[in-house]
Amino acid sequence: MEAIAARARAYVACAVLGALFCLFAFPRTHTPWWAVTLLAVLYAGCEQAAARWRFAGTFYPVLLAGAFLLPPPAAALVALPGVLLSRIDQRPRRLRRTWRAAQLVIAVWAASRVHWALGGRDAVVASDFPYALVPAGAAVLAFCLVLTALDGGIRALAERVPVRRAWRGLFVRSLAPVAVHGLAGLMMAVLWRSPYGPVAALLVLLPMCVSWWVFAQYHRERAAHQATIRALVQAVDIKDEYTRGHSERVGQASMMIARELGLDDERIEVLRFAGILHDVGKLGVPTRLLRKDGPLTPEERRVIELHPEYGHEMVRGIGFLGEARAAVLHHHERLDGSGYPYGLRGAHIPESARVVAVADAFDAMTSTRSYRRARPVPLALEELERCAGAQFDPRMVTALVRALGRDGWHPAVTAQEQPRVPAPAAPVSVRPSAHR
Amino acid sequence: MSARPPLTVLIHTCAALLAAVSLAVTHWTGLEERSTALAFGLLVTVGELTRWTGARVREAAPLGAAGALSYALLGEDAGQPTHHGVPQVVAVVLAAALLGSVPHIARGQGPVLDHLARRVLTVGFAAVCFQPLYNRGVFSEWRGPAYALLLLALLALTALCDAVLAAALAHSRTRWPFGPLLRDELHALLGIGSAVCATGAVMALAVAVVGLWALPVFSLPLLLTQLSFRRYAAVRTTYRQTITSLARATEIAGYTPAGHARRVATLSRAVGRDLGLTRPELTVLEYAALMHDIGQLSLVDPVPAGATAVLPAAEQRRIALLGGAVVRQTGVDAAVAVVVERQADPYREQPLAARIVRAVNAYEEKARAAGPLTALEELRLATAEDYAPDVVESLGRVLAQDGLTLPVAG
Repeated sequence: MEAIAARARAYVACAVLGALFCLFAFPRTHTPWWAVTLLAVLYAGCEQAAARWRFAGTFYPVLLAGAFLLPPPAAALVALPGVLLSRIDQRPRRLRRTWRAAQLVIAVWAASRVHWALGGRDAVVASDFPYALVPAGAAVLAFCLVLTALDGGIRALAERVPVRRAWRGLFVRSLAPVAVHGLAGLMMAVLWRSPYGPVAALLVLLPMCVSWWVFAQYHRERAAHQATIRALVQAVDIKDEYTRGHSERVGQASMMIARELGLDDERIEVLRFAGILHDVGKLGVPTRLLRKDGPLTPEERRVIELHPEYGHEMVRGIGFLGEARAAVLHHHERLDGSGYPYGLRGAHIPESARVVAVADAFDAMTSTRSYRRARPVPLALEELERCAGAQFDPRMVTALVRALGRDGWHPAVTAQEQPRVPAPAAPVSVRPSAHR
Repeated sequence: MSARPPLTVLIHTCAALLAAVSLAVTHWTGLEERSTALAFGLLVTVGELTRWTGARVREAAPLGAAGALSYALLGEDAGQPTHHGVPQVVAVVLAAALLGSVPHIARGQGPVLDHLARRVLTVGFAAVCFQPLYNRGVFSEWRGPAYALLLLALLALTALCDAVLAAALAHSRTRWPFGPLLRDELHALLGIGSAVCATGAVMALAVAVVGLWALPVFSLPLLLTQLSFRRYAAVRTTYRQTITSLARATEIAGYTPAGHARRVATLSRAVGRDLGLTRPELTVLEYAALMHDIGQLSLVDPVPAGATAVLPAAEQRRIALLGGAVVRQTGVDAAVAVVVERQADPYREQPLAARIVRAVNAYEEKARAAGPLTALEELRLATAEDYAPDVVESLGRVLAQDGLTLPVAG
């Protein structure tokens, strides 16, 4: 831990030196200081607003407009007050803030340098379209490249991400949003130098802010939605306390099978939901029956076997669950037709239900129940392979065996404890929706 | 469909008249600056094509609206003054909007007429405010930043006019009170409305500086806004579906009769609207009404027919608290949990939403047993202690409108 911190500190120190070099020439540039001040205040204001309303990411249009308007050292200076005043939630705060400031200063300087070298400033002043798009595009590329290069470095050094994976996907993911911000920045710069002046340039920020706000709302609502589904599942877990965490684990196993089958991301996500929600119908089964210790009478068994239909009744109105709804209804069907509720055979059973059936049985065997202890994973897999063909789809069983052979089985302990996803270091305001 | 309300007819007639006159004049005089007209027409068409349908949202085609407004306020093109007048603006926007609506009409989605009428009247208003004065040179004094501010002021005025128009159309279609509708429309101006206005002004200014290149460059960020809004609307819809399904858990478990939560939610929403709640308040009210019985899931034995209104007050309050605890766990807005928790308190201590849920729930249960008239009468007799008089009055009004029947489950 200490060694990593030292390496990261050295890396940050290098970045700070680089940033100081970028700012070094500022006193020698002939820049209207009111423009620098105005842009810096704007940027700092945007950062504060972002922290206040918990927006994700950084607001680049102001920085890029600065890069298109000012000489490189002045443009780099615009970023400084905003970052130094911004709120950092994770510790160590001072190190993170310094790093962030150095990184942005270098990136803005590079963008401005490229823009300047390609004659972008004259193009902006003369509003020479479409040529002005060329230097602006090059500047956006440079900005993105520098940001992601520096980000990858810190990921490799401080977060111990393997060097091969540290840079993967960073650039591609951040390019599109930064390019849109770049267009807004270009428009700002052009209007700033037009007869209409900075007032018109400020108007550009309004739609960007609204877009940003909506995006934050979207994430908040999405998180709330997922929390609600979790809560639904927890309600089942409370009723049937022996199976605590069962739903989440079945979701995880279903996801592993789906991934092994090579399904696309959207279907993997839907199958995870299918696994999580498969027993939601138990909400409709009397608690007394679910908790009963001794053997069940045929009558009681029939009541419990209604739960797939109850569950389907509950989730059928939720559009986004798609084929997960069929999985909820059919996860107790067997390939030989002896399952319930409809006694479907073979390929008549929906694929999603066949996935969830295997995941369900696997977790039931490997977790401790009131009436028996948990079996070890290899024994459970053997049992699954023995029943493949009659009860389970052999394809799904094979997929589970292969996925477990490669990645192992690390179930979350309880439903409350979600697997922690490391916060992505890429500071991009428009993140691709994190389907996990 | 029954005969249209007179207000809708009036607005549609005005729009049709304006459109017909504009088309005739444009046909008579011919198009000024064809390339500019074509470019803006294309922008509006694209905006209308990407209009989203389905989810009820404020401004369904922000790009189309911004493009149309910026054409109405366009004074210069790359430094050269333009000469198009009001009729040309309306004609171009109308033609483009019609063209862009073809797929929507073909698929039979949404009330296209209202949308078109609003678009024509709003754009006509903006153009009438700007073009004649500009073409006569009244604004030649306004240079630089002042001109930008002038455009912004005109757009703000136009947005106000559009909000009034939208509220009037909604009022005449739904017969909901005009005041809260207008307030909701004005509130929405702060969100997508301000983005549309700012984009309209920026596009008009940017075209004046750099020419038509500004259109593609600046429509991209707005397209992004449109995309975010669409995703936001989608996730809101799924969230609503999830809550509705959650609410059915008690019905499936046999604690409450089928469709009870849904009916209470529909009726509560109608009463809330009648009492002038804002849109966010209505959402909280609806969610709370959907989940008001969820506390019964924690009971060992179901209450007979789920009729909580006849239980002793202490027992009712206990169930309400249990329900609040469940709702708190679900990650729904905490305001919903408060309403659920306090639904059994005496009405003088309750927030308005909880009063509504309490009265409507009691009405629904009593009406099932004794019929709507008797139920309403019993509620009126109990206004001294249990139910808020204004809520019961409003419930009476809402029921009278709907013909005093039980609302059917959705």
